[in-house]
Amino acid sequence: MTATTMSGSPPAVRSASRARGSGGLRRSILAWVFLAPFLAVFVTFTAVPTVAALGFSLTDLRGTDLRHPFAVDVVGLDNYAWLFSDGRFVRDLGNTAVFVAVGVPLTMLTGFALALALNTGIRRLRGVYRTVFFAPVVTNVVAVALIWQYAFNTNGTVNQVAASIGFAGPNWLGDPGLAMPVVILLGVWRNFGTAMVLFLAGLQAVPEDVHEAAALDGAGWWRRLWHITMPLLMPTILLVSVLLTVFYLQVFDEPYLLTDGGPLGSTESVALYTYHQFGFGQFGLSSAASLVILVLVAVVSFAQFRLLRPRT
Amino acid sequence: MTVIAPTQVPPGDARPGDARVRQEARPATRRRRGAQAPLQAALAVAAGFTLLPFVWVVSGSLRSLADIRAAPGAWLPGEVTADNFVRLFQAQGFGTFLMNSIVVAALVVAGNVVAASAAGYALAKFDFAGKRLAFGAVMAALMVPYTATFVPQFVVTMNLGLVDTLAGIAAPSLALPISIFIVRQYASAVPDELLEAARIDGAGEFRIFARIFLPLAGPALATVTIMSFLTSWNNFIWPLVVAQSTSTYTLPVGLAATSQAAPNVTDYGLMLAGAIVVMLPVLVLFLLLQRHFVQGIAATGLR
Repeated sequence: MTATTMSGSPPAVRSASRARGSGGLRRSILAWVFLAPFLAVFVTFTAVPTVAALGFSLTDLRGTDLRHPFAVDVVGLDNYAWLFSDGRFVRDLGNTAVFVAVGVPLTMLTGFALALALNTGIRRLRGVYRTVFFAPVVTNVVAVALIWQYAFNTNGTVNQVAASIGFAGPNWLGDPGLAMPVVILLGVWRNFGTAMVLFLAGLQAVPEDVHEAAALDGAGWWRRLWHITMPLLMPTILLVSVLLTVFYLQVFDEPYLLTDGGPLGSTESVALYTYHQFGFGQFGLSSAASLVILVLVAVVSFAQFRLLRPRT
Repeated sequence: MTVIAPTQVPPGDARPGDARVRQEARPATRRRRGAQAPLQAALAVAAGFTLLPFVWVVSGSLRSLADIRAAPGAWLPGEVTADNFVRLFQAQGFGTFLMNSIVVAALVVAGNVVAASAAGYALAKFDFAGKRLAFGAVMAALMVPYTATFVPQFVVTMNLGLVDTLAGIAAPSLALPISIFIVRQYASAVPDELLEAARIDGAGEFRIFARIFLPLAGPALATVTIMSFLTSWNNFIWPLVVAQSTSTYTLPVGLAATSQAAPNVTDYGLMLAGAIVVMLPVLVLFLLLQRHFVQGIAATGLR
């Protein structure tokens, strides 16, 4: 993460280019000039909004106040107190926990199983399979959500299959008990390709000769998977789990597009709560809710850094 | 020039522990032929399930309204018709949405190529005061969840007078952190000697950047172009917030609005034709330029 990992050039050249003194200041100014376009966007659309979100969350700012900033009152932590006493927000925290608790392992297992299968030395169609499994990652979510609605409506293609084997299929997205699995399924479909690619990269770094030696010693496939592959793959497993956790903590597109949080709020995530409060003009409350996500994501990201800190 | 083109690798230290994605690395453990048949069968089944939505969208988009009403769950069209696509562009304004998506994507790609090539080069090749700070800013841009900032982003955009404009839709994506990591990683592999030689010849820093680095950076800039295009094309929540009239809708927003305008959506043929228009450009690019997509996404994880 630091400058030490940044250059692969010989020491002599590096020390030459590092020469400070009179050239150092010019060099620094120059570097910041090169960074200026990025910084302009960063300050305007990340730094200022992050600080502003914190400020907004301590006020009763409403959409109608934007033209009259002095009508806004500072309310301290009232928004946060309100959030945690609001049954709807607490329910949405629970829903988000379900997204994480079910979505992360399901996505990981699917991606891991496919990566293992593609890494066993099969040659036929290997490239085709990788393309197919990765295609959902680049597919537009609005488009797929419509396909999901088409397939999972009461008379849709999924229930057509159910009917052909004698079942009357349910109204998947209209049933509070069934909507969540269908929404999560969309998240899994969209993300397992990323997990697969990262696992494939990790698996290719597992030395082959260790496996061969263990196989000679009579270790079976499961034993080698558990005792050789998994431990060596730990950094990748952590990385993927953190990426996916961060994704599902912020899940918005899938529930917004499929159910808009319904039926009966059974699929409303915290991110969707934030969006709905924004729609009601409750900017202060919305900002407070979004900072709850920010904190959760920060905790997970921080844990990632601690766990994955390179040993070098 | 005998510079060995630096091999493109995903910016591993963007996410520590991220192993490199090597395309077609050595075939792993040799397996007995017997194990291959069930494996191939399992993979074929998995691929089939993965592809189901694509089958449904193609088949559904070619069905007439009457056909879908008569047999909503049929897997294949009763009769094939292109009528849905015609209606999409004639009556639903998809021509405008398509143009808007293209304009926004062009702005985003141009912004990223300029901002990321400069910033990535500086982070890789200059030692300067505040470098850690600059690097921290890129990390922060990567890590701060989008959902946490869109309300104040909207207020900022409003104060800039950019609400309901294409520029406002593009603005926050003009310098994506992933683009900077891609260029920085690539620039790190360009030998310093090359730049030093130019310096000794008296070339200025901007000249070195423009005449020596940029001509070498083609592969990195290709990945930046593709990744920022993908991000822009598929972006949904921000355009949804900023675009407030149909004349500024991008394709995903237009598609979502069209489907929500008809609450009891029975006109699935029209919706699925719209879905095809939205997904096709990216899928075609993906099939042609797969390597860049896989590297780019493996570089920063999920979109």
